[in-house]
Amino acid sequence: MDRLAGKVAVITGGAGGFGAAAARLFVEEGGKVLAVDRDAEALGRLEAEIGGDSFAVYAADITQADQVDAYTAAAADRFGGIDIALLNAGVTGPKTLLEDYPVEAFDQVLAINLRGAWLGLRAVIPYMKRRGGGSVVVTSSIQGLSAIPGTSGYTTTKHAVIGMMKGAALELAAHNIRVNTVNPGYGDTPMMQRIHAAAAPGNPGAVEVALSQEVPMRRYARADEVARLMLFLASDASSYCTGAAYPVDGGILASWAKTPD
Amino acid sequence: MARLDKKACLVTGGASGIGLAAAQVFAREGGKVMIADRNQAALDAAVAANPGLIPYAVDVSDPAEVEAMVRAAVDRLGGVEVAVLNAGVGSAGTPLDGHSIEDFDRVIGVNLRGVWLCLRELVKVMKPRGRGSIMLTASIHGHAARTLASPYTTAKHGLVGMAKGAALELAAHGVRVNTVDPGFTDTPLLAGALSAIVPGDAEAGAAVLSRAIPMRRLGRPEEVAEVMLFLASDESSYCTGASFAVDGGVLAAWGPTPD
Repeated sequence: MDRLAGKVAVITGGAGGFGAAAARLFVEEGGKVLAVDRDAEALGRLEAEIGGDSFAVYAADITQADQVDAYTAAAADRFGGIDIALLNAGVTGPKTLLEDYPVEAFDQVLAINLRGAWLGLRAVIPYMKRRGGGSVVVTSSIQGLSAIPGTSGYTTTKHAVIGMMKGAALELAAHNIRVNTVNPGYGDTPMMQRIHAAAAPGNPGAVEVALSQEVPMRRYARADEVARLMLFLASDASSYCTGAAYPVDGGILASWAKTPD
Repeated sequence: MARLDKKACLVTGGASGIGLAAAQVFAREGGKVMIADRNQAALDAAVAANPGLIPYAVDVSDPAEVEAMVRAAVDRLGGVEVAVLNAGVGSAGTPLDGHSIEDFDRVIGVNLRGVWLCLRELVKVMKPRGRGSIMLTASIHGHAARTLASPYTTAKHGLVGMAKGAALELAAHGVRVNTVDPGFTDTPLLAGALSAIVPGDAEAGAAVLSRAIPMRRLGRPEEVAEVMLFLASDESSYCTGASFAVDGGVLAAWGPTPD
């Protein structure tokens, strides 16, 4: 398959669950991919797995503007330009009620999930304008459209990137650059495994069983199911899609109560 | 690789515009496709141009005809795995206080009740088989409003709620339900509206309307059909109860956008 033939993609959070799944799929579809992550070891493992001339990795802290400039330049140097940016790096932050939520933790969640995405968005625009177009996909969340108590930092940032995406879509529509969010629900990712372990150190599996009951489909997403939506939005198949948020959540957002078996 | 290998697909409002484009894309991807429409002449023309499509004449506002349509689809296709409930009509461009009740009833009868009738019959077929993907063609008018389109806006908002409720009921049965929300798309349905913007000159009307679209152009039916293909295929296996806009950025904006 060649749905991204000739396209260059930068993926932040590229060594994580959704990011790595997207990296595999984008390469499979003929794209050239630079995976960016702060975890150099995980990047190394992914590089060993995917290999080939169409895949490269770059260790960077996406909260630092100079490192954002460096990873975008690295993608353009290595592969000749940038057509697709999947701004996917994110952290969940603590699960703590508002009055106990540490200010430092809030600042860190904002720095990564919001400011890091904004820096990435801002940095890829000149590259995409030079190519005459592009597609930016920002990983938001079901928490970009609804909230879970005790996650004020995460919920705030995931709502905020939707606003950021809409504004960018309007600014860039006339330049043939499309900007959208994907809004995953619970996914089969290392991030969720960390949440399970934090919630029930003795029995993390029970957390997944319980959370799955909140999902109308009664299961988590596989990372590749989220990656397929990212692929659709990255590819020219979505040529009239911009400024919109696309859930991939097994029905969670449609519901406000438990659903029947 | 065919993305809808031998899948049985039913598209209502399938003889023209977005429905026909979806039918063509589904057939290209290996699907077996029945197009249902109330316009026999349009069905004949569509099948003449696309010999693989199976035509079916139906008025989706009639429960007996809808039941017969789904039965025919099951007979001819061996079941229904993908359904695009896309039949719809525009409403008269009149202010609310002067809007005729007959026009309201007509638009709701097709765009809302007609879709619900189809959905209800399809559930009976899909639920026992434990799989399926249903799409309702809503609209940007399902999420925001323009003046002078009260029945249309009401019906399209209703479809968004209908899809969510059906998605929840059917999630445990392997059947997914979503809406596709086109913006201003170059279809026969829009043609009348375009001619009203600049009287008698659809092309000039399209130019005026395009100024209000961030992407500065109308959507092509094939671009909407690509979203429908994603939702029809197993690539969207975790997507249900959601709305998929394909609108060139219209819903993201509430004011003019820069060149």
